[in-house]
Amino acid sequence: MSAATGLDRTAVMPAPTDLGPDEVLLRPILKSGPGFYWLAAILAALGFGGLGAWVYQLYFGLGVTGLNWPVFWGVYITNFVFFIGISHAGTLISAILRLCHAEWRRPITRAAEVITVMVLFFGAGSVIVDLGRPDRALNVILHGQIRSPLIWDVVSISTYLTGSVIYLFLPLIPDIAILRDRLPHRRIYRWLALGWQGTERQKHILEKAIAVMAVIIVPIAVSVHTVVSWVFAMTIQPMWHSTIFGPYFVVGAIFSGIAALIVAMALIRRFYHLEDYLKDVSFNNLGLLLLVMSLLWLYFTFAEYLTTYRGGEPIHMAVFYTKISGSYAVPFWSMVVACFVIPVALLSNRKTRTVKGCVVASLFVLVGMYLERYTIVVPTLSKPRLPIEVIGYSPTWVEWSLTISFFSLFILLYLLFTKFFPIISIWEIQEGREKSIAEVTERIQGYLPANRFQERGGEGAVTTAR
Amino acid sequence: MSRWGMVIDIDKCTACQACVVACKVENNIRTPSEEDALKNRTISWMNLISLHGEGSEQERATFLPRPCMHCDNPPCIKVCPVDATNISAEGIVRQVYPRCIGCRYCTNACPYTVRYFNWSAPQWPEEAQQYLNPDVSVRPKGVVEKCTFCHHRLQKAKEKARVEHRELRQDDYVPACVEICPANAMAFGDLDDPNSEVSQLAKNTRAFRLLEELGTQPKVIYLKEGE
Repeated sequence: MSAATGLDRTAVMPAPTDLGPDEVLLRPILKSGPGFYWLAAILAALGFGGLGAWVYQLYFGLGVTGLNWPVFWGVYITNFVFFIGISHAGTLISAILRLCHAEWRRPITRAAEVITVMVLFFGAGSVIVDLGRPDRALNVILHGQIRSPLIWDVVSISTYLTGSVIYLFLPLIPDIAILRDRLPHRRIYRWLALGWQGTERQKHILEKAIAVMAVIIVPIAVSVHTVVSWVFAMTIQPMWHSTIFGPYFVVGAIFSGIAALIVAMALIRRFYHLEDYLKDVSFNNLGLLLLVMSLLWLYFTFAEYLTTYRGGEPIHMAVFYTKISGSYAVPFWSMVVACFVIPVALLSNRKTRTVKGCVVASLFVLVGMYLERYTIVVPTLSKPRLPIEVIGYSPTWVEWSLTISFFSLFILLYLLFTKFFPIISIWEIQEGREKSIAEVTERIQGYLPANRFQERGGEGAVTTAR
Repeated sequence: MSRWGMVIDIDKCTACQACVVACKVENNIRTPSEEDALKNRTISWMNLISLHGEGSEQERATFLPRPCMHCDNPPCIKVCPVDATNISAEGIVRQVYPRCIGCRYCTNACPYTVRYFNWSAPQWPEEAQQYLNPDVSVRPKGVVEKCTFCHHRLQKAKEKARVEHRELRQDDYVPACVEICPANAMAFGDLDDPNSEVSQLAKNTRAFRLLEELGTQPKVIYLKEGE
């Protein structure tokens, strides 16, 4: 039966459609140069080499890290919060842009959504490597206690991962169908295309499904980083126990997410020569969004620190001063420079809001947001309420190796995705060309008052003008 | 049902640290390597903390023996994702070593920093190994541990009482630290029994609890130094 359909298919299938100029979007999948293999090899070496550090840690215990009493959390938890933050690049930004019918989203949504799906694995993975007993990780399901914010995290992140995979997959279907027609010998595409033929009915169902998912995914995404912040905020520890933490983390997540997206887009554009698709205007628009987020970030940070300062409780002030002028002053002020001073300087000026300027600003934002996560996690723990001797925390090579490993594996997975699926949505670009111009014109006309001049043949317009 | 609590009279305490040592022996607490000790990884369920007095007089330190507070409203239990720490009907905050996943959320949530983590596999000097207490399980690497109010002693005492067909008496059960205290600075017993020594001492005007303002309701009560 299946053999018959297979034969049938090749016989009946029309020749793969000519994509015209969009052919270039398939090129990364059809051809791979030595550059790709070298990059993949280096990333794999760093990635799997770094995992060796985990084996070492599993054997000797978490003592191989720089953690101690009472600084029980460090780089791993920082990575967790950072990666989950980056994951907001995709699904949330993409969903918001889709819901707003922002037409410039078309070439960038997929690049964003892939970040989400890939990075979530490393966010969750960061918690696993932080566990003293990763062999018992399943206990969170077997003995899960809903009273613990960590379980809220498990629920929220797994929902988000599931939702994001669906949300990434749905708009992929028509593109997978293109690949199926192109590369009939790759069965995976036939299987994943789910019989897509591009009929009106199929298109209608797909569009509806995407729209529904876009609506569902926004609250899930917001909940994810809120709940991550609640891991800290739900304790009574100084400068963790803050009502502002939910929105503060969400803002920080979107902030670092946009930065990651800009960097990813710039790399894709450069390596796959997609300047015609990832245009300067997309960078300009995302740069403006980044600018807004930078200001919002400063607002939240300022509100948080001023409130603590004016409260003046000694136990809070100990943490406050260790950040402002104590052991953590260097990461703290570097964070302010990287998250606010540099991005705002670069992005508020049209001359520097170029692709290069946006990328530089984004790289600083990524470093700055990493430092932010670090200066949230560690300083609080270094200032316990009871007077005990604290020796501080400096991460070891094991922690850095695993961090490099996770970053490398994330980039590797992303790179591999671009080699199996078009990183720019082909059908959405086509749809944009075919339908959107008319749609947008109509929409803008809908925003404006009716043009009476045309309706009444000139008279009305003249009277109103008077 | 009893509600076990401890009273520590700082006026009587000589800071001799006998309680610290007795606890380590009783509860099979590992001996840290020199390296671990320097890295602040020493485990000490009972720990002596020093509060430095304020004022212009010559600096005067007050020492507080600090076990787990066994809070009635424990911040650690609220955060444990797997119920590896919970509170018994008699108010003892327990730790379930075989279930703990070692996420160290409880260690960070505890405002008294009484919780410790096993950063590596436990070890003792060779001669100490044969003296391990058979009533207390040895903790593997990767789990959290803390003072249990010598919970195993309560179990033993209850069994003994049952075998002897009698009720549990107040002095049947005391933790090792209380038992050893040469200055008689520590008392232990049922806080719900109005006639118990701890209940009587808790009424003292010198009585206070650590970080009481946090609402954790500790069951370790200190009696501050008299004038």
